[in-house]
Amino acid sequence: MKILAFDTSTEACSCALYRDGKIEDRFVIAPRKHATLILTMVDELLSEAGLTITQLDLLAFGRGPGNFTGLRIACGVAQGIAFGADIPVAPISSLATLAQEAAQNKNVLAIIDARMAEIYSGLYIIDNQGIMRCSGSEMLCVPNNITIPNAGQWFGVGTGWATYGDQLSKRLGERLQNYQTDKYPQARAMMPLALTAFKEGQIVSAENALPVYLRNKVVN
Amino acid sequence: MRILGIETSCDETGVAIFDTKQGLLGHQLYSQVELHAKYGGVVPELASRDHIRKLIPLIKSLLIESQTQANEIDGIAYTAGPGLIGALLVGTAVGRSLAWAWQVPAIGVHHMEGHLLASMLEKPAPSFPFLALLVSGGHTQLVHVEALGKYKILGESVDDAAGEAFDKTAKLLDLGYPGGPAIARLAEQGNPNRFHFPRPMTRQQGLNFSFSGLKTSVLTTWRAQVEKNEQTRADIARAFQDAVIDTLIIKCRRALKQTGLKSLVIAGGVGANQSLRAGLSALAKTMAINVYYPRPIFCTDNGAMIAYAGSLRLAAGESEPLAFSARPRWSLETI
Repeated sequence: MKILAFDTSTEACSCALYRDGKIEDRFVIAPRKHATLILTMVDELLSEAGLTITQLDLLAFGRGPGNFTGLRIACGVAQGIAFGADIPVAPISSLATLAQEAAQNKNVLAIIDARMAEIYSGLYIIDNQGIMRCSGSEMLCVPNNITIPNAGQWFGVGTGWATYGDQLSKRLGERLQNYQTDKYPQARAMMPLALTAFKEGQIVSAENALPVYLRNKVVN
Repeated sequence: MRILGIETSCDETGVAIFDTKQGLLGHQLYSQVELHAKYGGVVPELASRDHIRKLIPLIKSLLIESQTQANEIDGIAYTAGPGLIGALLVGTAVGRSLAWAWQVPAIGVHHMEGHLLASMLEKPAPSFPFLALLVSGGHTQLVHVEALGKYKILGESVDDAAGEAFDKTAKLLDLGYPGGPAIARLAEQGNPNRFHFPRPMTRQQGLNFSFSGLKTSVLTTWRAQVEKNEQTRADIARAFQDAVIDTLIIKCRRALKQTGLKSLVIAGGVGANQSLRAGLSALAKTMAINVYYPRPIFCTDNGAMIAYAGSLRLAAGESEPLAFSARPRWSLETI
């Protein structure tokens, strides 16, 4: 199984190549540089592995939520490659990717700063295969409206915690175990999720690979 | 050489395949006009969201329409600017990645160069050098086109573009969006002698335009009317359209005299206006020069002009590296 994954949903730009259990990756923090970086990074990964595009079995891209333009860069690149090389696509949540990066915890509350005083958030619980599964649905809200889990200890991860850490800690009270602010979605962490999506048939063709914005009110 | 062209700089998703031997093999266009109409103008984020939904399905039906297999495409051209950055990035991301997957060269095309060369898709086609009048919702320019990539802007609007003046005037008269076609339709019923609006900047030297004052004249006139009925609307639309067209013709004549060029090429959305075409054809006759227009559907944004301009650029040995980019502001003179 060979999978190419990439994400440009936040300030970070990353891609990874999965080859039968082995993962190679590239990761940089490069706001507004995604367009100039992503294809070059992907091309390097493939050439170093001595692979061509047509040898890939699956593409995975960070479908959001996140920066709108960033989502469309990853999505456009996924559509172009998938259509050009006839490869199926697994759209992967950027919040799930963040949660997967913190998979040493059982329960993860992934939060990305959505600007305009709002956050994108999702509650994730690890399954017995080590895969982070969304509990409920991902949402866009002001920090004070975040869903408080009924039980358990939760670990917070993502840039939303950098902006709203105090506010969120207060609201979550004893449900919150701790949090880490300097985490971005990384393509490497998309691999377990992409493999699962593939196994479970959660794959689409190029034209159905689309971003998930969550924020759908964009006109006043 | 067979080139796929992609245009996503504003509110039209356009794709086309141009073959350097066989000409245009097919083109497809999806217009977002209805999506933006209720907002009275293009909403950039909505435009980007629509482009990414429509582009691949359009390319798919284009390949079928033009009976082209993927492996027969020799290169991909996409609009890299100027335009809305989010919208441009959809076309550049998909176009550049598709070229990478197909292992063919890619080229980012200047949107206005596409317009400048659009009439070369027609027969008879103009040949270099020529004077181009670029009139759209975003631009009003007179360009001396010496050769591919050698463009000198002789004059341009110092404020509103001609098409923008049409849209704003239509808004004032409650004609909806987009305003150009609405004004043109209404003007047909208008009395040319009831109102008269100024021909801005025609008495001074030079080839620049100014259209923002014209909408103020329209506004003042409209407000002063006691009877705001259909006929008054039509009469104002007529006087407004006559003022814009006269101004464009006066400047074209001046530019042709100044440069000694024997061919005049029209490009851009306003170029679809039949009264403007009639006026310029009359001018061409009196000056004994040739005038060229793209078919109306290629006056507005389309993929065919991008495929064509891209084919010339790729044939000249140019191509874009894997690092793609969008240039929302990009001067025609610097390409």
